[in-house]
Amino acid sequence: MNEPLLAVRGLGKAFREYRSEWQRFAGWFGFRVSTKSESWVLRDISFSVAPGESIGIVGQNGAGKSTLLKLITGTLKGTTGTVAVNGRIAAILELGMGFSPELSGRANVYHSAGLMGFSRQAIDSVIDDIEAFAEIGGYFDEPARTYSTGMQMRVAFSVATAFRPNILIVDEALSVGDAYFQHKCFKRIREFREQGTSLLIVSHDASAVQNLCDRALLLEGGALIKDGDPAEVMDLYNALIAERENSTVQIMEHQSGRKQTVSGTGEARVEDIQLLSRDGQPIEFVGVGESVTLRIVVAASVDVPRLVLGYMIKDRLGQPVFGTNTHFTGQAIELVKAGQRIEFQIAFPMNFGQGSYSISTALVSTDTHLVNNYEWRDLALVFTVSNMNHAQFIGSAWVPPDIRIEMS
Amino acid sequence: MKEILAAIWGYRHFIVSSIKNDLRSRFARSKLGALWMVLQPLAQVAIYALVLSRIMAAKLPGIDNRYAYVIYLMAGMIAWSLFAEVVTRSLTIFVDSGNLMKKMAFPRVCLPIIIGGSSLVNNLLLLATAVGVFLLIGHPPTLAMLWLPLLIGINLAFGLGLGLILGVLNVFVRDVAQVMTVVLQLLFWLTPVVYMPTIIPDRLRVILEFNPMMHMVVAFQNVLLYGRAPGINGLLVLAVASIILLLFALFLFRRAAPEMVDVL
Repeated sequence: MNEPLLAVRGLGKAFREYRSEWQRFAGWFGFRVSTKSESWVLRDISFSVAPGESIGIVGQNGAGKSTLLKLITGTLKGTTGTVAVNGRIAAILELGMGFSPELSGRANVYHSAGLMGFSRQAIDSVIDDIEAFAEIGGYFDEPARTYSTGMQMRVAFSVATAFRPNILIVDEALSVGDAYFQHKCFKRIREFREQGTSLLIVSHDASAVQNLCDRALLLEGGALIKDGDPAEVMDLYNALIAERENSTVQIMEHQSGRKQTVSGTGEARVEDIQLLSRDGQPIEFVGVGESVTLRIVVAASVDVPRLVLGYMIKDRLGQPVFGTNTHFTGQAIELVKAGQRIEFQIAFPMNFGQGSYSISTALVSTDTHLVNNYEWRDLALVFTVSNMNHAQFIGSAWVPPDIRIEMS
Repeated sequence: MKEILAAIWGYRHFIVSSIKNDLRSRFARSKLGALWMVLQPLAQVAIYALVLSRIMAAKLPGIDNRYAYVIYLMAGMIAWSLFAEVVTRSLTIFVDSGNLMKKMAFPRVCLPIIIGGSSLVNNLLLLATAVGVFLLIGHPPTLAMLWLPLLIGINLAFGLGLGLILGVLNVFVRDVAQVMTVVLQLLFWLTPVVYMPTIIPDRLRVILEFNPMMHMVVAFQNVLLYGRAPGINGLLVLAVASIILLLFALFLFRRAAPEMVDVL
């Protein structure tokens, strides 16, 4: 099966406005009409999804994510390009579409599964599973108007995922009621993925994307600006959020082979960053539980009214393991003079599990990088934690256990 | 054409359940339920009969039933109510299901079929009730009623064709639906449903001849009241017109479809 499940080629979408609707009508009959305005919300998007591959779609509001999904599901028609789908798509975007309040949950299930193109017999074979998955008890045979929003979502999700699709589109705002049911939903989504369903996940949540996706697409202003490893894409996405006025985004190849993203307006920058062992030696390999000091030297090129240093330790997949900043710790520096150098020494025990970690640094003025972003540096430092003198354990945290056993 | 039929077949379950839901939800939680579907047109017939029977009764020669005018009214109402319902609902079909069309991908051809189906069920119920009433007032059904399936089919196609063309336009110019409510009312009075064409002066009767619905209504009256075959010529013209309207509606929809969801 080398054929892609989904192939998007040169896809573009423009919303056209006509001087008058009569011109629009005339256009249908082959008359040449000029449009008053054309706004392109997507331009020249090309990517493909292989069977079983999961893809995250990230981008700021208005970047064109929802339009892209609508084009893929087929509710919107592209102005240019093609979408070729090789299988069935199910979308968990608008749960409960077409639910009729007067009908029972069961009747609504039949109805909305019909809307997805399933026959009565096909639904008969899964109706018990749907009822069991929704877990709303006797309400399943009550009119939908008596349902709480959460119950309606439960039924809707159960129908939408009653049959395993080839491509499942999940919107980040997958609010399916209570935490218990949400876990259940994600479990089902994971199961689908293991069985070979491709996922298309729209999200702002870095951990969801990195957790579930093999690849990520970054949309910006209607264009596909990056298609690659989720961690890299999320780094670039974070940098883009921070991008203001005359700040810049640079992508450099880190020595480890991963892409390093540096962005910011540049009033202050990290000159040097080192991880030091207990005896003050720079190290790259750290034992679990060892005490280390992170040394960061910052230089300001102009006067900076308030300087906050933030750092975040991420695991191999780019998921944050720990992060804080000097605003949270109450150590923001006021009135930094041009040319001044500041050395930060951050001591902490390396209570992480085995693996490779990276440190990102941020030089900002408040607790977020969205107000003033002097410099944001991903993969500023990479180090490896290895288990040298503790009993074997798994996971990304080192929580020293004290196990007592009493037998009688 | 083939793919349209395939789509309809593939979504037959959705179509049937939509029609059921449509009928069920319209009268859910009302005591008389589906009875309202026939009670409303019957009440209208009763009102016209009460108000106009004195004036109109004498104008129906050849029928020796004192309720002749009631039968005349009902025959016309059965024809008109299907046409009016289908046109009114097709007019706003895309606007009303805008949300669904924006969010779900399904063959759009289901929408008019659902409307046609639910209106048809409605109309058949009304027809059955009317035949029941006719029996009560001593007007037994005749063999001419075998024409009814054809008449109803043409009536449905004509209403759908016209309604869908206007429905597509209404997505882009919402005034269409507003204008059509008035136009439909005018058309009702230009159609001999409550009066007989004979009471119109000859000079003006020409106008009626140009009203396609007149031929439809007259055909129903011929079959249900007089028990005779409808005029073939008028019927043929209507049938051809219906096919042309439906094809044009399909063409228009095809052209409009890519832009339709953009403006909904």
